[in-house]
Amino acid sequence: MSLSIKILGPGCARCKATVEVVKKALEKRGLQADLTKVEDVEQIVTYNILKTPAVVINEQVKISGRIPTQEEIESLLSHYV
Amino acid sequence: MFNWVQRFADWFIYSVLGIQEHSKVGDALNFFVYDTIKIFLLLLIITTIMGIINSYFPIDKVRNFLSKRKWYGLDYFIASFFGTITPFCSCSSVPLFIGFVKGGIPLGITFAFLISSPLVDAVTVAIFLGMFGWKTTLLYVVSGILLSMVAGYLLSLLKLEPLLTPWVQQLLKNKDAPHESPQETHQSFLERIPVIVQEAWLIIKGVSLYILIGVAIGGIMHGYIPTNFFEAYISKENPLAVPLAVMVGVPLYSNTAGILPIMQVLVDKGIPLGTVIAFSMSVVALSIPEALLLKKIMTTKMLIIFLTVVTACIVASGYLFNLIL
Repeated sequence: MSLSIKILGPGCARCKATVEVVKKALEKRGLQADLTKVEDVEQIVTYNILKTPAVVINEQVKISGRIPTQEEIESLLSHYV
Repeated sequence: MFNWVQRFADWFIYSVLGIQEHSKVGDALNFFVYDTIKIFLLLLIITTIMGIINSYFPIDKVRNFLSKRKWYGLDYFIASFFGTITPFCSCSSVPLFIGFVKGGIPLGITFAFLISSPLVDAVTVAIFLGMFGWKTTLLYVVSGILLSMVAGYLLSLLKLEPLLTPWVQQLLKNKDAPHESPQETHQSFLERIPVIVQEAWLIIKGVSLYILIGVAIGGIMHGYIPTNFFEAYISKENPLAVPLAVMVGVPLYSNTAGILPIMQVLVDKGIPLGTVIAFSMSVVALSIPEALLLKKIMTTKMLIIFLTVVTACIVASGYLFNLIL
């Protein structure tokens, strides 16, 4: 199953930190994913989130409003492999 | 509560470092050590408390709460109150705005939330407590809530909906009931702790450098500027002091962390507290980067109206403070 991960956020420090966390988690698990950073607010609001940064895996919002921990992302990813 | 911190600072500066008491260097260093320790302790306490409240009342719950029932005016208070305990990054202002309005919450109430959220936050409260004591802090929090309610209500009277940008208006045509939060899970208090601690830590880490610089500058000013130095320039009698301070503060993009320690010294040296409070409100509530973000959802005309109303409310509360205090 192909994995698509989107990080939603207009480009603040917290959003960048989230991207780094997700990258590290992918690396540690040795997973390939289509990782995109969505900075356009018009697109961000279509996911019905109130706070950024948000992590969207295969079009499902998994985390919003905070920077996740690497372990959290790893355990989320384990459901997809 | 912080006597022991003062004793530690005295002992450290005068005994360990052997600097003479009441010397300028001694005063400045003592201020720095005492205030830094005190502010960081308060930050730790307040961010943790707000983190706990926020863990049990996340933003999605607040929205559902406000959109499901009619509160006949009390909604302005609820929105402003929850705004104060919700940590907020100006990056989130657009999704938040859309999410609220799309969930059927009136524009004025959404504004009340949006204004109070950056105005009263954990960092500001902690530093206010440390620098000005609990009475002034309470006054700041209460007036922050009142100001947001009044500004939100005034904005609602202006019927600004047609001035939203076209894509937002399009979105609002198909309003829907708010979705339940996707992460709505029942966690025990123990399970919530890691996230609360992590968030508190991130907030403190983010502002620590500003606090150190602010307190350092404050310390130098504290030691070297004579008392009542500013009284001649910025006094209560000068009617232009408040609006001028606010005009300077609005475009500035900073957190209160770096500014308040300096403000406390300014108050010490004779600047009226109301002027200082109005200045810090204008710094945190409005800024150019935030205005640029809001430009996505508001037409220029609406943005100008929004900024004017909020600025006017801040100036008014500055005058009010100077009158009461």
